[in-house]
Amino acid sequence: MRRDDFPLLQQQMNDHPLAYLDNAATTQKPQQVLDALHTYYTRYNANVHRGVYALAAEATDRYEASRAKVAKFLNAPSAQQILFTKGTTEAINLVAMGMILPFLRVGDEIVVTGAEHHSNLIPWQRIAKLGGATLKFIPLKADGTLDLDAARKLIHHRTRAIAVAQISNVLGTEHPIQELAAIAKEKNAVLVVDAAQSVPHGPVDVQQLGCDFLAFSGHKAYGPTGIGVLYGKPELLEKMEPLQYGGEMIDKVELHTATYKEAPWKFEAGTPPIAEAIALGEAVDYLQDIGMEAIHAHTKALTEYAYEQLQAVDGLTIYGPPPAQRGGLIAFNLGNVHAHDIATVLDSRGIAVRAGHHCCQPLMRWLGVSSTVRASFGLYNTRAEIDRLAAALREAKEVFGV
Amino acid sequence: MNLSDLYRQVILDHAQHPRNFGALPDGLKVELHNPTCGDEITLFLTLKDGVVEKVSFQGSGCSISMSSASMLTDAIQGRPVEEVLHLNREFRKLLQGQEAEGELLGDLEALSGVTAFPARIKCAVLAWNALEQGVRSQKGEGDADE
Repeated sequence: MRRDDFPLLQQQMNDHPLAYLDNAATTQKPQQVLDALHTYYTRYNANVHRGVYALAAEATDRYEASRAKVAKFLNAPSAQQILFTKGTTEAINLVAMGMILPFLRVGDEIVVTGAEHHSNLIPWQRIAKLGGATLKFIPLKADGTLDLDAARKLIHHRTRAIAVAQISNVLGTEHPIQELAAIAKEKNAVLVVDAAQSVPHGPVDVQQLGCDFLAFSGHKAYGPTGIGVLYGKPELLEKMEPLQYGGEMIDKVELHTATYKEAPWKFEAGTPPIAEAIALGEAVDYLQDIGMEAIHAHTKALTEYAYEQLQAVDGLTIYGPPPAQRGGLIAFNLGNVHAHDIATVLDSRGIAVRAGHHCCQPLMRWLGVSSTVRASFGLYNTRAEIDRLAAALREAKEVFGV
Repeated sequence: MNLSDLYRQVILDHAQHPRNFGALPDGLKVELHNPTCGDEITLFLTLKDGVVEKVSFQGSGCSISMSSASMLTDAIQGRPVEEVLHLNREFRKLLQGQEAEGELLGDLEALSGVTAFPARIKCAVLAWNALEQGVRSQKGEGDADE
């Protein structure tokens, strides 16, 4: 799918054509996104929201136009519900510290799942400790899917926040966001969705999901690093406190007091990553031009194919549910060979995968392993690359005598 | 990039059948782990009159970290601490692609293939970092290298 748009993919790695299968970590960038960064710096680099000259007006217009593009992309009712952040991690920290912690009382509870990325666990650990709250975990069923019955019992009137990934970055599991949103609404808890692994690979509609907050990272969605998005409901954004104070987020300043702008600008103190925000808008255009349904279908077909091919490798263990219930990634181990050894063999054959704990140490313990190999797919990956992956894994079996 | 340069038979053998694997209840104990990959090593050491009397290790990790630890225990058992520190320096030179005393290194020379895989150097040095820490704590000095 439009592989030629990606300059980086045209190169060799260790004398083999690069097969980039680490898209859950970060994606490659199409020429259109690279051009957007370049054009900003060569044609209209100026600070946003302050200059009165034409250049500054153009930078501001394009920066705000990008916000509107992201709003439309997520089907958010208004562009003012889209905050630019550094990435998913910063977005979740902002909700935890700015929205939940100030209203937390001793004995309150925060609910996450046993499958969360450290970025959707550590901020909650931190504020639970600061606010005297207890962290509770929705357990996983044996196949790695979320135990919704247990969630119903776990979430009650003292639950202040429920934080959950839409798609697990290790198991690939799709979590039932709509059902959790219904529970959250009933119990008056704030539902925060980590959409880092879902937004880039299929249609995501915040209104349909019914979540209160949703975060994703630009660099995992074919955009630049250093830019991410937090969507929030207006009444919550009004209550949420900024974590960064300074220029650009203020309304009126006295020597001892100040009033702030309204959302989203009160959360964007200082000069934002302008080029990155604009280039993220370009990435969104690029994805919508292909179509999120088409990208989803491509990734789904590739994942099903990879699942079959990997299952056919003797001695290989796949973690998580069957392809029908998962996003575009597969974590596995080969015999008892360490994941890093497998990744090195694949590297020598030009195949880039992730090996390690994937920022999910508690989940690794639940799986009873110290690490796994993970292949994750993007819009430019092909069946031929999956075939190469399977062939290289058979080679690894030879090397390590599995 | 040649895989057999990295995964030499002697490395695979040490990784699959680690020598001196287990705890030394009376020994000095140094626990180290690699947060990026989850490799864990606990090195046990008893020093007597400036000599490594006994050494063993426990842990889990990739074949590079495990074989390096296994070879380390074979290489330093019964050796004076000064010689052990010299070996430590030579081994690190080897991993940096610098000239090192091959004869002194013995089996450890097999890990020279790691130089072509920079991301794996931290696996090869994990047990050696534990060794340095252990010796330093015994000597009560700032730097084991001096």
